Amino acid sequence: MDLFLQLTLAGLAIGSIYACVALAVVMIYQATDHFNFAQGEMAMFSTFVAWALFQATGSIWLAFVLAVAASFIAGIIIERVIVKPVESAPVFNQIIVFIGLLMIFNNLAGWFWEHTTKTLPSLFPEDMGFESTLISSHNLGVIVFTLALLLVVFLFFKFTKVGLAMKAAAANPDSARLVGVSVGWMLALGWGLASAIGAVGGVLVAPIVFLEPNMMSGVLLYGFAGALFGGVNSPGGAVAGGLIVGVLENWARQYVPGGSELGLTFALVLIVGVLMFKPAGLFGRVVVKRV
Amino acid sequence: MKLKRILLAAAAASVLSGGAAVADSTGITDTSIKIGNTNPYSGPASAYSVIGKAISAYFKELNTQGGINGRTIEFISLDDGYSPPRTVQQVRKLVEKEKIAFLFQSLGTPTNSAIHKYMNQKKVPQLFVATGASKWGQPEKYPWTMGFQPTYDVEGEIYAKYVLENVENPKIAVLFQNDDYGKDYRDGFLRGLGDKKDLIVSMLPYETTDPTVDSQILALKDSGANVFVNISIPKFAAQAIRKACEIDWKPLHLLNNVSSSVSATLKPAGLECSKDLITAQWMKDPTDPQWKGTAGYQEWSAWMDKNLPDADRGDVNYGLGYNVSKLLHHVLDNCEDMTRAGIMACAANVKDLELPMVLPGILVNTSPTDFYPIQAAQLSKFDGEKWALFGSVIDATK
Repeated sequence: MDLFLQLTLAGLAIGSIYACVALAVVMIYQATDHFNFAQGEMAMFSTFVAWALFQATGSIWLAFVLAVAASFIAGIIIERVIVKPVESAPVFNQIIVFIGLLMIFNNLAGWFWEHTTKTLPSLFPEDMGFESTLISSHNLGVIVFTLALLLVVFLFFKFTKVGLAMKAAAANPDSARLVGVSVGWMLALGWGLASAIGAVGGVLVAPIVFLEPNMMSGVLLYGFAGALFGGVNSPGGAVAGGLIVGVLENWARQYVPGGSELGLTFALVLIVGVLMFKPAGLFGRVVVKRV
Repeated sequence: MKLKRILLAAAAASVLSGGAAVADSTGITDTSIKIGNTNPYSGPASAYSVIGKAISAYFKELNTQGGINGRTIEFISLDDGYSPPRTVQQVRKLVEKEKIAFLFQSLGTPTNSAIHKYMNQKKVPQLFVATGASKWGQPEKYPWTMGFQPTYDVEGEIYAKYVLENVENPKIAVLFQNDDYGKDYRDGFLRGLGDKKDLIVSMLPYETTDPTVDSQILALKDSGANVFVNISIPKFAAQAIRKACEIDWKPLHLLNNVSSSVSATLKPAGLECSKDLITAQWMKDPTDPQWKGTAGYQEWSAWMDKNLPDADRGDVNYGLGYNVSKLLHHVLDNCEDMTRAGIMACAANVKDLELPMVLPGILVNTSPTDFYPIQAAQLSKFDGEKWALFGSVIDATK
């Protein structure tokens, strides 16, 4: 029973990270209809920035806040400088740009900070007030923090003017423009938010998987699986999808015969399965276009 | 005199290459030697590229001091991104266009495997490859390829023997990386167990694409094992050590040498959690204070100050690059017959050579039938601060 609980809780913790990445992916997908393949590497780079700031300031929370803010601004700049010029280009051009970004960030991080594994301390205190070998304080913190983050994102889109304008710009750019929403800037803001959320995910995952330039490559795939599973146009769905993928993966490894070798296969089967049978995902809307 | 030397060289060449009588001295003139290399300067294994950087720095400095026996070293190191097809492409370029004398310390098991046959068909030495796989020491079948470091399977065998001799009622759990490297270790360990393979109660693989090995560690603990053989690269090793600590699992923990670096693995995992780990070592860990006073460490350290002042000293691979450059320097320095075959023969004739960043008592030895330069290691236990060697040097050849 201990094993089952431990597997489930560890699954929820790593699933929370998938959820953060999935959420970031969905933010950009909603605005542009494309997957940003560089999402994971951008998050990794942000985490390195947080690490460097932590080395300089000595406070992990300060480093965290600064890194998230810096990522937000960097996301906007990337959209304005790199993504906007190819906005109306064919899909392939855009995908190549994303993959190019992926490689650039990966290599830059290695160049600046070298490839040895680094430790980023946890945001959460070691002592959680009770003794348990079922879950560590960091994992518990990650789960709570991610759920709180989702709530903030939800409130932002539901109740703030900017959030509503962003939704409008994504859903119907022409009408949004007519009522005075600056669609271009809303897209840039979407990129900024996505990269800030990615940064949060990176800083949360670094104490679990350790910081090095390839930290996010595995996580990103599971994040995609989570996003697709939950629904690519539903932020709440993406978070649920991430959590479900994390837990299912852990269960499958342990309880499916021969499952110990099938972790990644499992994620890929999930992606293909969802695309075949329920392309909108569990919680996504089916998009109908009038022609 | 000169004629005699040429004749000797030809004789040596014909012995090695099995009949081709022409002494091939491509890439070697009276004033220079051209040496090729591939390293993953980009891509997933780029952490290892510091070896290439260290070697480049070594020969650069050597050239300012006049090179080796009046010959400057032209070291051409190309990026293969750890991708075997690119290795083939780059090595072809080095051999056929750049006309290198030989290939030195090209890095990686899959990458070297891809050029293994090619190098031997072309009769171009593939010297001191940077991989611990066991297949690089087959002089009858592949006379132009030679390894360097102790092989993974030999290390696995050492661990198995230690468990059998020191643990009462061992119940063994194994975690291994699901590729050539992990399987080499695993198979060596199984060979060492002999007919006691049923002592293994659980054996789980992980893929390098897995974000964590947490679920594997939970399952291994659940198997009731009291010995844990940890065959993983630094990042996953650190995760495993920390997770075991978190869930309060305290088996005899044998950690593969690949991940024994204090700064790359144990510090991230937590030094307290790393206490009582056991590994087999053959190199001096640069972060380990006990070596600071030794002559070898000081030589390396002074060299680092001069040539790579900004490098991360904790990275054990700078020491590896320095060691292997020293070995090649020694081979070329003492080589009369500067042809491809001659250099190969010289490489197969190293006797009791000490290297600055290799543990005291472990010596480089090769012979025409022994293409494994270093085959010894010593067990070492982590005391919470540094590795403390114990027992004696275990020579796998004896």
